[in-house]
Amino acid sequence: MATYIVQRVLQMVPVMIAASVFSFAIIFLLPGDPALLMLGDQLASNREVYEAKRAELGLDRPVPIQYLDWLGKTVRGDLGTSTRDKLPVTRGIADRLPVTLELTVLAMLLAFVIALPTGIISALRPNSRWDIASSLLAFVGVAVPHFWLGILLIYALAVAARVLPASGYVPLSEDLGQNLLRMLMPAVTLGLGLSAILMRQVRSSLLEVLRQDYITTAQAKGLRPRLVVMRHALRNSMIPVVTVIGLQVGLLFGGAIITESIFSIPGIGRWAVDSILQRDFPVVQAVSLVMAIGVLSANLVTDVAYAYIDPRIHYR
Amino acid sequence: MTIQQPTATDLGPALSATVMRETSRGVSAPLRRTSFKTVRRLLRTRMTPFALAILALFALMAVFANQVQRYDPINYQSYASANQGPSLEHWFGTDYLGRDTWSRLVHGSRISLFVGVISVGVGLILGVLVGVSAGYLGGKVDALLMRCTDAIWAFPALMLALAITSALGRGVVNSMIAIGIVGIPFYARLARASTLAAREFDYTLAARALGASTPRILARHILPNISAPLIVQASLGLGTAIITEASLSFLGVGVQPPTPSWGLELRTGYQYLELNPVVAIIPGVLIFLTVLAFNFLGDGLRTALDPRLARGS
Repeated sequence: MATYIVQRVLQMVPVMIAASVFSFAIIFLLPGDPALLMLGDQLASNREVYEAKRAELGLDRPVPIQYLDWLGKTVRGDLGTSTRDKLPVTRGIADRLPVTLELTVLAMLLAFVIALPTGIISALRPNSRWDIASSLLAFVGVAVPHFWLGILLIYALAVAARVLPASGYVPLSEDLGQNLLRMLMPAVTLGLGLSAILMRQVRSSLLEVLRQDYITTAQAKGLRPRLVVMRHALRNSMIPVVTVIGLQVGLLFGGAIITESIFSIPGIGRWAVDSILQRDFPVVQAVSLVMAIGVLSANLVTDVAYAYIDPRIHYR
Repeated sequence: MTIQQPTATDLGPALSATVMRETSRGVSAPLRRTSFKTVRRLLRTRMTPFALAILALFALMAVFANQVQRYDPINYQSYASANQGPSLEHWFGTDYLGRDTWSRLVHGSRISLFVGVISVGVGLILGVLVGVSAGYLGGKVDALLMRCTDAIWAFPALMLALAITSALGRGVVNSMIAIGIVGIPFYARLARASTLAAREFDYTLAARALGASTPRILARHILPNISAPLIVQASLGLGTAIITEASLSFLGVGVQPPTPSWGLELRTGYQYLELNPVVAIIPGVLIFLTVLAFNFLGDGLRTALDPRLARGS
């Protein structure tokens, strides 16, 4: 297993390097000169000041050297300084990443809690009313845009019923109850689409497994139906489900961008939008890189998780 | 020493039949029958007629937007009737500038559907080009192209679309390019996987044995045979593209005011949610129905194009 993990990490390296090149290239793609933006029109009109700023930022050197310098600093944890608030980007990431992670974990948990029982019941009673209704709901869940669902929830629960706060964030360390109360609508907004995808996956893979010979054997032995499903069928049907969860991490990060913007949650998603709108290059570079690392790491964890779930899988 | 190219008859009866069929010009009668059967199967799948009806309705709305609008979507402004709910005068109410929501949504459908179709087209063409080249040529080309697509795939789609749109500048055309680029890895992977299988099939080997050039093999033999999963994915991708466009417009980097689009209308409605929720709810309903219809259509196409699933249904 250790060898497999090492091999898998090594396979990730070229993709990670390519992703870092894309993140670095953002500075050349975004309109405007970073030195000009930092100095403002007044100061930038002074040629000497402008050239000095470009030299300070390293923009006067060849692009490959700039990239290697940026990569070296990034590996050491120095992601530069925000052009907007003049604070270290690493600090900004450290402050905001836990908020986004909390949101995505809550959304994932919620999706799992909804998807697992509904998927199991649908698979155990295929083509029943429950199955048809839950399949239709899954189609609906996939088609509902995050931002619209968020707006509907705000209108129904915050504006009309006034049972939940419309937006805002209370840190977990400050007040657990208030934190969860304020994260409820964002987590539902982000997690509902995922729950629909997961539900369909649980249903189809469980249906597949229930047709296997060892299930018939277990039933023939006189094992209770609950045990057959929970002990024999469910575990083996989880491999495709885990794959789907792994693949959806990117979707969740993307969804977090818009969910955080709607609910005014101070995570890296909202920070990314603000930074893009205000052309804060170092932040855009750092956030995109952090998100790419997050997605690639999720893929790695997914691959490794296979072996734990299904002992039949052996890696060489 | 000269190497003689094998003729169709040298390849044995089964292969020569394949070659004859593959190399004959025009669409043969059996092929026409297959297409007809596919359409019939598609129309028989449970939700496809509903999906097609919705899409046809929205397409007609987009084409005849000037005829079905009740007021000018941009220039008609009436502050006296701003933020009003639905009425006989304004079917879907008015926004904060007193503009007619129905007229703006009708024109918005043009932008949303157009952006969806063009961006999927961009992603599909470029993705297929990359995927088919990687799958057919293999080796270093494959490794290089796939590592690049893997790297693009590592970024969340919306983050990438946001960065590209900001880089190229805000607006409709750049949104289409950005959404198209975001879709490339998906179509590339799908096309590569199908090409890997198709390049080993008898008809490809036969074409190669007959001396067909690589571009000809790709265009005439590989591409038509890998199109089914790509068509299905493109249909599903249209829904995703429409949501991404609406997301970009909602966040302020897509379609720019005063041009109407569904995402922009939602953003406007969201800002005045307490005063007039209808302006925020209706555009969402339209986006939702369109995405749902494309998903149903994709599902129907999957069933219709896969004979095993069609028999099952």
